[in-house]
Amino acid sequence: MNKISDNRAWWLVLPVFLLVAFSALIPLMTVVNYSVQDIFGPGQAFFVGTEWFKSILADQRLQDSLIRQFVFSGFVLLIQIPLGIGVALMMPKSGIKGSLCLILIAIPLLIPWNVVGTIWQIFARGDIGLFGWGINQLGIDYNYTGDTLDAWLTVLLMDVWHWTPLVALLCYSGLRAIPEAFYQAAEIDRASKWAVFRYIQLPRLKSVLIIAVLLRFMDSFMIYIEPFVLTGGGPGSSTTFLSQTLTTMAIGQFDLGRAAAFSLIYFLIVLLISWLFFTAITQADKEK
Amino acid sequence: MAEIQLKSLAHSYSDSPTGPDDYAIRQLDHVWHKGGAYALLGPSGCGKSTMLNIISGLIQPSEGEVLFDGKRVNELSPRDRNIAQVFQFPVIYDSMTVYENLAFPLKNNKVPADRIKTRVQEIAEVLEIEDKLHKKAKNLTADEKQKVSMGRGLVREDVSAILFDEPLTVIDPQLKWKLRRKLKQIHEQFDITMVYVTHDQLEASTFADKIAVMYGGQVVQFGTPTELFEAPNHTFVGYFIGSPGMNLVEVERCAGGVCFDSTVVPLEPWQADLLERMTSTNVKIGIRPEFIEVSAISSDDTYESEVLDVEDLGTYKIVTVRLANQEMKVRQNEEFEADLGSQIHLSFPKQWLMLYVDEFLIQEQQR
Repeated sequence: MNKISDNRAWWLVLPVFLLVAFSALIPLMTVVNYSVQDIFGPGQAFFVGTEWFKSILADQRLQDSLIRQFVFSGFVLLIQIPLGIGVALMMPKSGIKGSLCLILIAIPLLIPWNVVGTIWQIFARGDIGLFGWGINQLGIDYNYTGDTLDAWLTVLLMDVWHWTPLVALLCYSGLRAIPEAFYQAAEIDRASKWAVFRYIQLPRLKSVLIIAVLLRFMDSFMIYIEPFVLTGGGPGSSTTFLSQTLTTMAIGQFDLGRAAAFSLIYFLIVLLISWLFFTAITQADKEK
Repeated sequence: MAEIQLKSLAHSYSDSPTGPDDYAIRQLDHVWHKGGAYALLGPSGCGKSTMLNIISGLIQPSEGEVLFDGKRVNELSPRDRNIAQVFQFPVIYDSMTVYENLAFPLKNNKVPADRIKTRVQEIAEVLEIEDKLHKKAKNLTADEKQKVSMGRGLVREDVSAILFDEPLTVIDPQLKWKLRRKLKQIHEQFDITMVYVTHDQLEASTFADKIAVMYGGQVVQFGTPTELFEAPNHTFVGYFIGSPGMNLVEVERCAGGVCFDSTVVPLEPWQADLLERMTSTNVKIGIRPEFIEVSAISSDDTYESEVLDVEDLGTYKIVTVRLANQEMKVRQNEEFEADLGSQIHLSFPKQWLMLYVDEFLIQEQQR
């Protein structure tokens, strides 16, 4: 067969190229542009090389905020993934009860982020909030605006309340996709409940769990509004996460060069960790 | 190992069955004896799989009782009935290797580790998958997967019975025959009660000592392949077993026997006697193509008929003839020659002429 060579065919790639350029490359290049220059105003830009990056990486405030961010995302995954699977396993398999359960569970997902923050800010107050008041009534001293541990627990609890339903819904759909024959075979093979979970349900939830882990990691790693409304990052800076630090830097201090460098690093961390999760899970049983 | 008895069993998938049509199984009494190799034969939708799932406990029957060695087990789960079942389509645990799949039922039964090892090895050898033992089960081909599925059913030694639900559907033909022999060997070796569901009569008769034929939610006959062939208890058995099936002709009572289209067929005195005492008008006679005799000359007990078609099937011929207005099939050996449209003379040997009233066989013992 003769291969026809016509370089004009490259024009066919143009639409995709333009799409990617406008959706990702050009906005990103703006940030790259700011991250390597010191810009005072129009026409007053100085190339500074990697200076911003160096100063960012050495910034104690940012390092603390990064550690907090990792701890927070770690807890989010550790709590929400198992809890979501558990909730999905307990939900009725079908019928009106199943539908009702789905609706009830999905409600937190429908509430806007800043409303979630406001709800918990009031709900957890010791004087007028049912939750905070109730905890105090039990004789436990609880005050999320003053105590670091309480603030952390409240932020975590809020995120668990808001986002575990997403994991649960994903797992529920995964569970529903398992054919009845597998459960029948397991029953015949006298498998225990645990064995059914370990060898039938969990392996078949793998693909939805990849999605759940990635979504929950990315979202929790970029969390901003809810803790901002709930605690404002306090007490002190104990619940100040990365995006709040970034916003303060970019808008509060108008430190655009450093903020741009920081944005790029932030982006790369999210990309790297997501890639790590994805490869770890998909490679896990590729051998043989 | 156990004797499995089904007592006035009925099952409906609807919560409030209104008529017999709502039932997948209707009033059924049956006994599977200890240690037998049985086949459950019937067309799709006749209730075979339902019956199997009721025996294993995956389905609770709406009415009646399931007894294992005389003990009621209706309320017991498959787990407690200690029964093995192989499904139509392969079910494997895909995160496990083949070895782990086969060992799984044994592990769940707390069989000692060294026994698991020898037993899995044994079964893998029988099924010829010993070279695949350490492969991930999900990377196997469809028939290898089904072998693993079957292996999981066969691997336990202490089961009450092993139930097979059309297990060879996904297996290719050459292997099918081999695996069926294997199952038979396993049965002879271990003497476990086995019930094998199929819609293929050949599969049923090569596997089983006795076959239960199911039709419309009932077991219409339970017998050896020979019994099913020689004395079908129900017109459906006559039609379903044999290829081609039995010739069945609707007849009326008349002087000297029964008749159709003014052709008189004489009956044995006991047959005539029994027929006289029945009121039903649904009367049929049946004779197998293999038992019809053909002669070139006419005599008192022959019927003249016209040859419509001769099919050569290699080792024998199937002749389609018209007797009065009825088409019939006659099986003849290779030497048979006849021109289309020519006349031949048929006779129906008395011992092979069956009489059916309301679709059921009239037998001499009924007198």
